[in-house]
Amino acid sequence: MSPPLLGGEEEGHSSLVASSPTIDCISQNGSGLKEWNYLGLSDCSSVDSSAVSSLSEENKNNLNFKATELRLGLPGSQSPEREPELSLLGSSKLDEKQLFPLLPSKDGICSSSQKNVVLGNKRGFSDTMDGFSEVKTSVYGEGNWRYTAGSDPDSPQSVAQGKINMMLPSRASATQPAIMKEVPAKGLQERSRATNGVNHNHVGASNNSPPAAKTQVVGWPPIRSFRKNSLATTSKNNEEVDGKPSPGALFIKVSMDGAPYLRKVDLRTYATYQELSSALEKMFSCFTIGQCGSHGAPGKEKMSESKLRDLLHGSEYVLTYEDKDGDWMLVGDVPWEMFIDSCKKLKIMKGSDAIGLGSKSNDWVPGRGNCFHRKLEN
Amino acid sequence: MLRMASSFPEEVLEHVFSFIQSDADRNSISMVCKSWYEIERWCRRRIFVGNCYAVSPRMVIRRFPDVRSIELKGKPHFADFNLVPEGWGGYVDPWISAMAMAYPWLEEIRLKRMVVTDESLELIAKSFKNFKALVLSSCEGFSTDGLAAIAANCRNLRELDLRESDVDDLSGHWLSHFPDTYTSLVSLDISCLGSEMSFTALERLVGRCPNLRSLRLNRTVPIEKLANLLRQAPQLVELGTGAYSAELRPEVFSNLAGALSGCKELKSLSGFWEAVPAYLPAVYSICPGLTSLNLSYAAIQSPHLIKLLSHCPKLQRLWVLDYIEDVGLEALAASCKDLRELRVFPSDPFVAEPNVSLTEQGLVSVSGGCPKLHSVLYFCRQMSNAALTTIARNRPNFTCFRLCIIEPRTPDYLTLGPLDAGFGAIVEHCKDLRRLSVSGLLTDRAFEYIGTYAKKLEMLSLAFAGDSDLGLHHVLSGCENLRKLEIRDCPFGDKALLANAAKLETMRSLWMSSCMVSYGACKLLGQKMPRLNVEVIDERGPPDTRPESCPVEKLYIYRSVAGPRFDMPGFVWTMDEDSSALRLS
Repeated sequence: MSPPLLGGEEEGHSSLVASSPTIDCISQNGSGLKEWNYLGLSDCSSVDSSAVSSLSEENKNNLNFKATELRLGLPGSQSPEREPELSLLGSSKLDEKQLFPLLPSKDGICSSSQKNVVLGNKRGFSDTMDGFSEVKTSVYGEGNWRYTAGSDPDSPQSVAQGKINMMLPSRASATQPAIMKEVPAKGLQERSRATNGVNHNHVGASNNSPPAAKTQVVGWPPIRSFRKNSLATTSKNNEEVDGKPSPGALFIKVSMDGAPYLRKVDLRTYATYQELSSALEKMFSCFTIGQCGSHGAPGKEKMSESKLRDLLHGSEYVLTYEDKDGDWMLVGDVPWEMFIDSCKKLKIMKGSDAIGLGSKSNDWVPGRGNCFHRKLEN
Repeated sequence: MLRMASSFPEEVLEHVFSFIQSDADRNSISMVCKSWYEIERWCRRRIFVGNCYAVSPRMVIRRFPDVRSIELKGKPHFADFNLVPEGWGGYVDPWISAMAMAYPWLEEIRLKRMVVTDESLELIAKSFKNFKALVLSSCEGFSTDGLAAIAANCRNLRELDLRESDVDDLSGHWLSHFPDTYTSLVSLDISCLGSEMSFTALERLVGRCPNLRSLRLNRTVPIEKLANLLRQAPQLVELGTGAYSAELRPEVFSNLAGALSGCKELKSLSGFWEAVPAYLPAVYSICPGLTSLNLSYAAIQSPHLIKLLSHCPKLQRLWVLDYIEDVGLEALAASCKDLRELRVFPSDPFVAEPNVSLTEQGLVSVSGGCPKLHSVLYFCRQMSNAALTTIARNRPNFTCFRLCIIEPRTPDYLTLGPLDAGFGAIVEHCKDLRRLSVSGLLTDRAFEYIGTYAKKLEMLSLAFAGDSDLGLHHVLSGCENLRKLEIRDCPFGDKALLANAAKLETMRSLWMSSCMVSYGACKLLGQKMPRLNVEVIDERGPPDTRPESCPVEKLYIYRSVAGPRFDMPGFVWTMDEDSSALRLS
């Protein structure tokens, strides 16, 4: 077994320039990352070398899609002796030359320059890696691509610049951040939301004070819901837990009148009713404009959040929940902690259906019907 | 043209074929010649569909007209960890409807991660006169009303197993729908239900079913009542207790111990919800025969566990919480030499600091002391290459190795480097490894090792690992027997995926979430690979409202002969051949 990689790598990544795990099987040039000949095909044909030089001069925008003309997964592509005509499906259906022509794209990625179909997946990679070496140093210098703390929690769509997605070709690094904005990895999205209430783990910057509870990454560690819920119940019964923050996620089903399927939300990722409400608005917005359930026609406008909020806060829809006793109550009356403790299910009801819904409030609120713990007649 | 097949009467061939049960062999038989294909398809009784969308009910029925037992799997495995949004799919209703008409003699339905409705359960109850076994593993969408229909109508029911399903538990009353004349129950697993049920009804049911072998109760059955049940069913082979705690009362304890000692056939114990150490010794009398023990819901500390395990020399399978600690695992290694499978779950996975003294050492001990150990699922907080190498050398017979280091990207705690070499050792030494889950800090080199050595690997789970597409490429190009690959939060993008597109047709499925595969690549793949369904799952809205280079949130690719499905929710798009991915279905 080869000796371990260079020690002292920062957690979360290994700089490709520094450690290049496949160095053993690639020809190593003096200046770091080059020629990723990881397929073991060392005899790049002469055609390629010219392509290489031309490519390296080209706009790096190509590089991502250059790989797409790679030849699809030819079964024989790994060993140099195999026939290049082993097409991916073993049939003549696909003309190799046309496999994955570069996609024309609005980003100006050119589509025509690489026509030579060489059985060399490595070709694309080597060029790509060339292009990447710059990107990577900068990206990796910044830290873990995923645990970036720079994101604005309120807009999960925008992500810390340049930190993720280093596999995308380096458009000029200047533009990279702009592109990164479009690309919230789901994990990041979750984390952004989670930063509202909970710590980042120690890799990222920590935003808030709360103690030991880690950022709840969705689905990590990989423990089934059944077991997680049992854990939660057990620890609640356990005296030692007092004073510790509640563990685990708390997934609650949310249904909406008229929606074809329900969603699940993790109540522990929110700290206030407002956060929950915005998240639900986003999640269910597509239903109110009739977009989901079947595929919306392309080009349909997305309803703006504010319009939806009006819908939700107007008498159109109200948010209700089923508590431990099986009663349906209006959301918002009890302190948040008490609410998560007792909420079993959420439902977005039409306002008209929710008249007479139980409210735990002691105050008599005019217009709501003076209902104290009155059960909702279903 | 002389065909040998015609010299054998069909009945003879059929009889010969009836000894062949394995699907792979049956598939081979059916390819010998046309007449064998015909004979085989008429006499195949058991079907396994690993992905319910890979084939349509109509296709199955058309080829196999007389099936008695079917097993279907729906959602991808990562659905267990809430990575697959609700409403994604996996509906069993179309299958049940089709089979209700085509297979009146259907006896067994086994479903995993599928959405089942009460209507379907009612249809099952009405349509299959000889229905014998219903296994719903991690399913959802149905309520106890559906179960009541099954109980009331399936006179020949032998097995009702709801393991880990999410049931809308309206009341425990459904159990009373088993008529008094019903006596054929062999296996009942209701451990996932929350409601209390009438204990009398349960007791009577257990009492009148002499063939009952496996009984897994839910946590509402109190420990005081367990003895009564056991005395009604001393022939039990598998028992899942209810809540296993109460104030220690000598008469309750001795009653329970006595009842348990009467169950001479008992081989497997589970349940132990909220277990208290005081009642553990009640099981000592049956421990010598015990082969399977699931204490993973029991917050019992290691001294009690050690004591218990010392009574179980024949133990083959142990599921336990990390309260067992290294010292307990060392004791396990010493007392249970027949151990085959070990799972150690975390008691408190959401805190950064370890709450128990469980480290890599425990796994090292067990791997050293238990020569038959071949399957491991181990959650811990630290690991080293040295330990992994030792484990690999100790135990080259691993077939399933799943290690979850709780904090993502944790390095080797001794060298602070990646754990590449350690996992490399695992795949190099364990030549029969079929399933692997990796964790900790890993670079592309780890995947190079996996691609090089893990030739028998069938299922691989990756999270927060790798540096570049190279990693994915190593796996896709190297692991010849790979069937299922699931990836989350890894920096893998388009290149490796596209370069290995052909490989995807040889696999059941590929899941990638929070990676870097662009929408453009997904479209390309969908266009070029008609026998793959490329599903983009994205809750941000239609992918074509974003640039094509924008990565998709989640991607699920699976081979299918049924073409794209039509039951997708609004956040799932199938990349189709005619490039308009948003074409209305």
